[in-house]
Amino acid sequence: MNVMNETASAAMTDANEAPPGPLREFWGSFSANAGAVAGLVIVIAVLLMAALAPQIAPHAPDLTNNAAFLQPPAWSRGGSWSYPLGTDAIGRDILSRLIHGGRLSLTIGIAVVALSIVVGIVLGMVAGFVRGVTEIAIMRLMDIILTLPSLLLAIVIVAILGPGLMNAMLAVSVVVLPHYVRITRAAVLSETAKDYVTAARLSGAGRLRLMFIEVLPNCAAPLIVQASLGVSTAILDAAALGFLGLGAQPPAAEWGTMLADAREFVLRAWWVVTFPGLMILVTVLAFNLLGDGLRDALDPKLKR
Amino acid sequence: MLRFILTRLSLVIPTFIGMTLLAFLMIRLVPGDPIETLAGERGIDPERHAALVKEYGLDKPVLAQYAIYIGRVLHGDLGKSMITQEPVVREFVALFPATIELALCAIAFALLLGIPAGMLAAVRRNSVFDHGVMGLSLTGYSMPIFWWGLLLILLFSVQLGWTPVSGRIAVKYFFEPVTGFHLVDAWLSGEPGAWKSAASHLILPTIVLGTNPLAIIARMTRSAMLEVLGEDYIRTARAKGLSNARVVALHAFRNALIPVVTVIGLQVSVLFTGAILTETIFSWPGVGKWMIEAISRRDYPVLQGGLLLLGGVVMVVNLLVDLAYGIINPRVLRAS
Repeated sequence: MNVMNETASAAMTDANEAPPGPLREFWGSFSANAGAVAGLVIVIAVLLMAALAPQIAPHAPDLTNNAAFLQPPAWSRGGSWSYPLGTDAIGRDILSRLIHGGRLSLTIGIAVVALSIVVGIVLGMVAGFVRGVTEIAIMRLMDIILTLPSLLLAIVIVAILGPGLMNAMLAVSVVVLPHYVRITRAAVLSETAKDYVTAARLSGAGRLRLMFIEVLPNCAAPLIVQASLGVSTAILDAAALGFLGLGAQPPAAEWGTMLADAREFVLRAWWVVTFPGLMILVTVLAFNLLGDGLRDALDPKLKR
Repeated sequence: MLRFILTRLSLVIPTFIGMTLLAFLMIRLVPGDPIETLAGERGIDPERHAALVKEYGLDKPVLAQYAIYIGRVLHGDLGKSMITQEPVVREFVALFPATIELALCAIAFALLLGIPAGMLAAVRRNSVFDHGVMGLSLTGYSMPIFWWGLLLILLFSVQLGWTPVSGRIAVKYFFEPVTGFHLVDAWLSGEPGAWKSAASHLILPTIVLGTNPLAIIARMTRSAMLEVLGEDYIRTARAKGLSNARVVALHAFRNALIPVVTVIGLQVSVLFTGAILTETIFSWPGVGKWMIEAISRRDYPVLQGGLLLLGGVVMVVNLLVDLAYGIINPRVLRAS
């Protein structure tokens, strides 16, 4: 009897507690993933570093010092704490350039994702709703973009438009576009078959309303995941273009461009090569961890 | 089977036509007069200009121009390099073996390490080894390989002096190209030390180019194995009293291989993207470096032709992978 009472009261408390809201449920699942939390922390740290760059950088990123060419980091012989990570070939502080470089790399990552996600959603929606020849044309074009090696296509686009940060961003946006188009179209096709869409259509919702107000919010989960992973791809691709001399142009403190400048000193100054790449790796890794965590928390179906 | 092949082919042809259209439009999209773009910074005299306009059919409507271009492409004529005046196809064919040799070594490296690592990680799920493999593979996947290459040069070539910094083989060796693959040619030439030289030049580029595919293959093998290990027929196999090794190696692995093969096919595109960077870092004389040099020289026919040829190679390999997929997984055949 006693036992029964306890079970009953336990069931009562369970019923009285409100089920966790979607946000809370998401956070519970997300925060259980140590890697994802680490990724989030690093991403926030890099964002803060970029936002506060002028305040926290010890020097201006373009300030040269004729007395300190290729000075090693503070802890090695010949280094000094006024240049904690050493200086480059024309005496600029590497730490300050890395901090300011975070602004460029994050801007690139976010701008590329924003551009490709907007264009991708529109094209994917059109392909999924209009069907017919339009759909075939859009999806074939996306197949072509996917078939070509991504960096090769980006290079060719930059070769046409001319090197530079804006054109590199545009090129990377084109290259990553197919992922968003495909995800949106697939989501649209599976959503439009559902009853709520039919109900909305019957109650007289127009096509645009169906597309953007009824269906789009239900495609959000895979798009958010792809966007988070896409930031890392964008940063990596833009840095690769910078490394090849096709992205941000010197003296911009972009991490890939810094590596390109450092290449010829690889034999005698390890620090000019090591730190910019480390920043790229850590940032990209953090966005990937974050993306994986978001995927596992938002979309259990995709979980591997 | 025939129907399956035909369906796949029917998908490939529009893709190829689209690619030629892209390559054709490319030169048209470069701001300015195409002939002057082709002539480069030296400029061109009006007579020659007029002759070239006629030769390239630029006085005709765009559609006719495209028809001319397609006609040339189908005859294997992709124009001439503006710098060397050599046909683009000939230059490509001369350099492509170097890229293929590097890519084959890289994919072999990725498979030899990635498949066992992924399998072991799946079998020992949630062990230290599993976490180690997953962590390393995410790092490898996030790796800017152009930096990774410089780091390896810094460590193995500069600090330790174990491997050469750049090139395909030491300058003192010379042999007639038979296959275009230095490893094979050096071995055939019988010159003492030549094979060792070629191999030592390959080590670092192979690791650099293999890193991304290695990470992807290890992850994919692990997740495919995990899926298969949860299937009923694995439980049946265990219930029959088969040894764990037999269950994993014969029953699980063969079925886990199906998604892995698809992923391997997708690596061709990743490998060419990586080859552009790897060849630039190691001065590897392949098509990737050739195209990067073409950009700085504004050699548009090379870029145009290279885009089409590399895209074509990826397309054909993807098609072959699709067909192979149909053979190892008959369910795909039946579905089509």
